[in-house]
Amino acid sequence: MSGIDIAENQPESFAFTPENEAKAEAIISKYPEGRQASAVMPLLDLAQRQHDNWIPLAAIDVISEKLKMPKMRVLEVATFYTMFNLKPVGKYFLQACTTTPCWLRGSDQVMKCIKDKLGLENHQTSEDGMFTLLEVECLGACANAPILQVNDDFYEDADYESTAKLLDALKKGEVPAPGSLSGRNVSEPEAGAQTLLSYKDNGAARTYDPKISAGETGEK
Amino acid sequence: MPKLTVNGVEVEVPAGASVLQACEEAGVEVPRFCYHERLSIAGNCRMCLVEMERSPKPVASCAMPAGDGMVIRTDTEMVKKAREGVMEFLLINHPLDCPICDQGGECDLQDQAMAFGQNDSRYDENKRAVEDKYMGPLVKTIMTRCIHCTRCVRFSTEVAGVTDMGLLGRGENAEITTYLEKAIDSEMSANVIDLCPVGALTSKPYAFVARPWELRKTESIDVMDAVGSNIRVDARGSEVMRVLPRLHEDVNEEWISDKTRYACDGLKRQRLDRPYLRKNGKLSPVSWDEAFAAIAAKLKGLKGAEIAAVAGDTVDVESMYALKGLMTALGSPNLDCRQDGAKLDATTRAGYLFNSTIAGIEDADAILIVGANPRWDAAVLNARIRKRWLAGGLKVGLIGAPVELTYEYEHLGAGPQTLTEVADGKNAFATVLKDAKRPMIILGMGALTREDGAAVLATARKIAESTGMLVAASTDADGNEIPAWNGFNVLHTAAARVGGLDLGFLPGKGGADVSGILEGASKGKIKAVYLLGADEIDTQRLGDAFVIYQGHHGDRGAHRADVILPGAAYTEKDALYVNTEGRVQMGLRASFPPGEAREDWAILRALSAHLGQALPYDSLDQLRAKLRSENEIFTEIDVAPVAEWGPFGTEGAMSDTGFGTTVENFYMTDPISRASKTMAECTEVFVLPKQGRTGTEG
Repeated sequence: MSGIDIAENQPESFAFTPENEAKAEAIISKYPEGRQASAVMPLLDLAQRQHDNWIPLAAIDVISEKLKMPKMRVLEVATFYTMFNLKPVGKYFLQACTTTPCWLRGSDQVMKCIKDKLGLENHQTSEDGMFTLLEVECLGACANAPILQVNDDFYEDADYESTAKLLDALKKGEVPAPGSLSGRNVSEPEAGAQTLLSYKDNGAARTYDPKISAGETGEK
Repeated sequence: MPKLTVNGVEVEVPAGASVLQACEEAGVEVPRFCYHERLSIAGNCRMCLVEMERSPKPVASCAMPAGDGMVIRTDTEMVKKAREGVMEFLLINHPLDCPICDQGGECDLQDQAMAFGQNDSRYDENKRAVEDKYMGPLVKTIMTRCIHCTRCVRFSTEVAGVTDMGLLGRGENAEITTYLEKAIDSEMSANVIDLCPVGALTSKPYAFVARPWELRKTESIDVMDAVGSNIRVDARGSEVMRVLPRLHEDVNEEWISDKTRYACDGLKRQRLDRPYLRKNGKLSPVSWDEAFAAIAAKLKGLKGAEIAAVAGDTVDVESMYALKGLMTALGSPNLDCRQDGAKLDATTRAGYLFNSTIAGIEDADAILIVGANPRWDAAVLNARIRKRWLAGGLKVGLIGAPVELTYEYEHLGAGPQTLTEVADGKNAFATVLKDAKRPMIILGMGALTREDGAAVLATARKIAESTGMLVAASTDADGNEIPAWNGFNVLHTAAARVGGLDLGFLPGKGGADVSGILEGASKGKIKAVYLLGADEIDTQRLGDAFVIYQGHHGDRGAHRADVILPGAAYTEKDALYVNTEGRVQMGLRASFPPGEAREDWAILRALSAHLGQALPYDSLDQLRAKLRSENEIFTEIDVAPVAEWGPFGTEGAMSDTGFGTTVENFYMTDPISRASKTMAECTEVFVLPKQGRTGTEG
């Protein structure tokens, strides 16, 4: 499997929408004169978001012209980062982390579930064009391992069952709320908060309760 | 100037030098793959690890600046282990195909694996395989062998000035390729083959042809352009197998152009290997004696003024000297070595040399290019301008046809009008030149091969004088010597040209130049013309003249000839050449001329005896001794001369026509490259599509 996967069918042309054009100009203006090439990654991201989550070669041309850098240098960046797709992906782009913490916490089960449910191996897209699976390295949320990223959202604490449920929902067109699939609050211990109990749970955020802080046993 | 200790030896290196350079200074060899003196530092192969005191880990010496008081060791157990480890990693995915690899025998990886690796690998898994990439007709790729040193990427970006090459992907999936697998569109592209430390990029025309240990290596000089690149000719038996660059800091550094490297397959085709004589309108093979007798019979009774000689672009100094001697003996003043009709003036040597020298380009801070396309006229010299441009602070202006160069330039205008403006100080670039400390003008053949060439030359001279291009040596406030500077430069395109001008292979008193000779021949005034490797003239205009062609290829000249005398190509003779700087260089014979062909000076010597005007030397040594006694320029080999400034050029009116460029197809400029299959392929891939785009195609 080559790491350089560029779509064979390429659109003839690409242009930023007027809205994104303005965004691109704003991004470029952040960098000092002569350092415009620094804007290559945000611009690639912008192009990818505009173009069904993948970057056509025509967009590489547009960006290289905009930033006055050689096409090859833009393509190098686009192929270096796994976040950039150079060929069409499914409506739901699944990125499953299999780096050590996720693996220790059962990422194999997540991968198996995806295989069972969707029949997908790494780098494959389902026939209906709904799902694409990419095995990735650390997504930086190890406290909630294993992680399954769907487009821009993290689904955490995944196991076989919860992954199956998530995939079923996605198939139906529902998008469950991102976050822990086991129901815990962010990355608290599974049995609930053990420290900083003086902060009261107020929805997602905790507020300071002086009573608990003073040593009185408060309700959790 | 940091002082540091390498393996107990104290060395002092210039500030900014790397630890690796300090190690070399101390005479310690450090293995490396990605590091190269002439390229930026990548630091990605890790082969150059050394031990540094107070550092817990080995350091990559190529990327570590040398610091004062550093203590470096390269002979410890740690370094040995580190090298073995790096080598083991590099070999994980490298195929063990040395027996079928063209790099075998001259492979850095092979050599360093022997010297610094272990004899075993602990890797049992499958090796990765990478698809081969198309990079054009010259570079063959076997990408599975690639170790990702990125030398090729850095070379093409930095030196060649093309941005097509790059490293895609990351980690195990990294691959070197060109953008969408286009051919590398550079005249210097094949240098990546020399740079590649493994067999990933090898020479396509030379694929599976020979092994390095079978080849006889001869140091010689290139004649494909006027740069005089130093080359090494590798031959097996009588066959030249390949041409490689030879290091010469002041001329070609360690690069050569693709034409220099690959035109050598033209040495095997279209060769003249026996004398021919035109009988009943048809050329038929004859013996040397018959050929000489035919010439003697024809020249007998002809007056000196009825005979003429033209020297070609790739001929050596000795044969021109011999021919000049013969023509003088026959009383002919009709001599010329300027086939293209360049209005060069030999009265002052500084008037036709690249006075700043090629290495001097690195000191220049403003360059005015007139009627030249350095990229095609002298690709290696162009790389030097790019090197200077990359260093920053260089302003380049161009007068003439706009061309694609590998650096930014300001297009000032098309022709003599703009040149006059600069000379009169009316153009803004004149101020740029005046403000520069080391200004340069590069006058190409496109500006001189015109009717008004002499006037252009005079105007260029005026620019040199009025913008301060002539700086005398001086000493600054601190007593440091500032060397003299002459910014007037003529960029020749023919390897033989400067030698010819130095010899005075020019019309004598009342003699005709090339156009005069052609004119005379077509009108029947000139009855015999001697072409010494001259193929770039309009042979149609030779009329009914008796044409003697001496040369090595059956090209335009030979087709028109009445007598053909088979000579030797540049790889087949010991010979002197003078490059555009006026540097006299000596090429050595790598193989013998084919069949009955002989060295050119010897042919002329033999012919002179048949004509009863025997030249006064019997060996090449005697010829050279005589040449040197007459002209001391040829005494010193490989010295860039300092030529005295003096008057040259003829002031006069100039036409309004813009300056053109003389090299129409970089890959085919002389009989050898025209006979080369590889050059024909390059023309098809690189030149024809472009000409199609501009609408100038046939």
